[in-house]
Amino acid sequence: MNDVTGMPQNVVVIGGGADISRAILRALAGRRLSSVLLAGRTVESLQGAVTDLHALGVEKVEVALLDVTEVAGLEGFADLAAERLGAIDLVLIAAGVLGTSELSNLDAPLVASLATVNFTGPAAAMTAFARVLSAQGHGRIVVLSSVAGYRVRAANLVYGAAKAGLDGFALGLGDALVGSGVKVMVVRPGFVRTKMTTGRSVPPFAIDASAVADAVVRGLEKDSELVWAPPALRYVFAILRIVPRALWRRMPG
Amino acid sequence: MIDEGAGRLLTGWGRARPSAAFVAVPGSVRDVAELLARPGHHLARGLGRSYGDAAQCAGGTVIECTSLDRVVELDRVGARVRVEAGCSLDALLRQTVPEGFFVPVTPGTRYVSVGGAIASDVHGKNHHRDGTIGAHVQGLELVTPTGTYEVSPERDPELFWATTGGMGLTGIITEASLSLLPIETSRMLVGTEKTPDLETCMAKMAEYDTKYRYSVAWVDSLAKGRHLGRSVITVGDHAKASDLGAKSRADPLCFSPRQLFHVPVVPPVSFLSPLTVAAFNEAWYRRAPKRRTGEVQSIATFFHPLDGVGNWNVLYGPRGFTQYQFVVPFGREDVVARVLETLGSARTASFLVVLKRFGAANGGHLSFPRSGWTLALDIPLGIEGLGAILDGLDETVAEAGGRVYLSKDGRLRPGLFPTMYPRLGEWNEVRSRVDPDGVLMSDLSRRLDITRRRDGHRAPAGRR
Repeated sequence: MNDVTGMPQNVVVIGGGADISRAILRALAGRRLSSVLLAGRTVESLQGAVTDLHALGVEKVEVALLDVTEVAGLEGFADLAAERLGAIDLVLIAAGVLGTSELSNLDAPLVASLATVNFTGPAAAMTAFARVLSAQGHGRIVVLSSVAGYRVRAANLVYGAAKAGLDGFALGLGDALVGSGVKVMVVRPGFVRTKMTTGRSVPPFAIDASAVADAVVRGLEKDSELVWAPPALRYVFAILRIVPRALWRRMPG
Repeated sequence: MIDEGAGRLLTGWGRARPSAAFVAVPGSVRDVAELLARPGHHLARGLGRSYGDAAQCAGGTVIECTSLDRVVELDRVGARVRVEAGCSLDALLRQTVPEGFFVPVTPGTRYVSVGGAIASDVHGKNHHRDGTIGAHVQGLELVTPTGTYEVSPERDPELFWATTGGMGLTGIITEASLSLLPIETSRMLVGTEKTPDLETCMAKMAEYDTKYRYSVAWVDSLAKGRHLGRSVITVGDHAKASDLGAKSRADPLCFSPRQLFHVPVVPPVSFLSPLTVAAFNEAWYRRAPKRRTGEVQSIATFFHPLDGVGNWNVLYGPRGFTQYQFVVPFGREDVVARVLETLGSARTASFLVVLKRFGAANGGHLSFPRSGWTLALDIPLGIEGLGAILDGLDETVAEAGGRVYLSKDGRLRPGLFPTMYPRLGEWNEVRSRVDPDGVLMSDLSRRLDITRRRDGHRAPAGRR
């Protein structure tokens, strides 16, 4: 169960190998985490997270192979996860890839596949887990969105647009779930220094994965529906959103 | 006969972290057994005054027993009452007080059900001499997944004491016989005394154990340093007819407390911020007389002051609140001081801080009280790092041989639970005798793994 301070015991992670997932799991392990089901595309990608969790004394760590783009399997996976963990307190949806956004490198199939991994798959997974959690009468879905989706830039064209869709879907799903005992929390990180962003130029307000984890834990404590990481980005983007387009497209970074 | 509502969100009194369950309302005691035979998990709920998740059963069926609220029989000669478990202490007192009987134990609110009070094994301001409500239960009817039992301290005492304080996890209490306290009047003779610090407060309270039936101290949570633990002690006894003025003597047993106020909407933020609490505490402490005796108060004013506001719990705003209540043995007064210091400096804004002395523990395996000091603090939720702060205090409490109160808890670390409740194994043996398949469940029992599902300590299915 989630305790009264919002801390979960049984957690499922889709995209369990990602740096941000690992940081969030480490933070939760310091609180009430006792069982985890890590899902990812390869066993190797999850090995680091398994090692972390064992070292932190989490009693039960299980691994499952899952590709969120294969949406036909997601309902079955949600049922399997519930069976493995008994009850699911929190589902972290952290699947996604940055991909390319250079127009010259993009073609129709590539845009479709990036949209699938960043929007279609995660949205479908959320839907499957919303069903399972509703039947339980409790639980929380935490989804990693991005500030890139708040106002889409040419430099993040496909990724940003997909996150914009996912962000809207997640907020709407949260509203649809009112009264079910299930809550959705949307996390909007800014630039996070991780494997995924290695090699990119680092903009202002860049943070480490551990700072995202702190924001997530704080959001759980406050029972928030929307979390920015770092929190100051909420105000930065309130301004950036209304910057005139001519200026917006010239902005560096 | 049975209304089964659609999934409904339920919370404890702290209004935090709702979970959804089907709510069934039994029309009779017989319906309860029928409901328990249905598939899925079940749990009884009374008036929902447990602060945390004790009366929630996410995804299961919550059997709302407040429909079973008859006073079956008032035995005036034997000073006892047989009552259905969903009856509130409020309703019970409205019948018994005018007849000259008081309940043997009352918590700080009358809006608890008799069944809930027994399942929590509640205590009152008289624990130091009268014990918990369990000590005054002469017998109870318990509907379990394996049948209906009539248990008492003499008849199947193990199941009786597993149920008293058993948080509803041994079955559903449907009726109970309580002994009553004969009273001459519905008034209290009250003494009030201000103490400048914790040490003085504790010394005075120890002294008053033998002098008064009821005693309690309100503590200023924000006082620090040499003022740490400055308090207002209240003591009392039931007034005799001769203590009343001529006007009251005309109707010495009148009892019709009214709700003065109902908070119309949930405020968007907590009213109880460090600032407002500091102002309230200062005023409350200053307003209290240095020492006053012989004041005549009503039962409601003395025992249930917060019942004057129907839903004061909404004042904590949408995030709700929790209560931290623990007990530590006499000799570990340092733990009380440490908790006050820690939570005072974390600016957790408790305006309701209550200190009380407990007498000896009873036979309830999971009953909270044991001899020592108990301190209870209301804390708004959402404070950064609150969980870790309370975890640290739990360790200190456990190390001192103390425990936290399950009816208030919403966040204890599960690993510490068996340390605080060392008779858990014994309790589970009794529980699995009447509920071998673990049909009875609450969000609390799952969170703390009270029925030991994770360890596989459950008795084999079918054992009776």
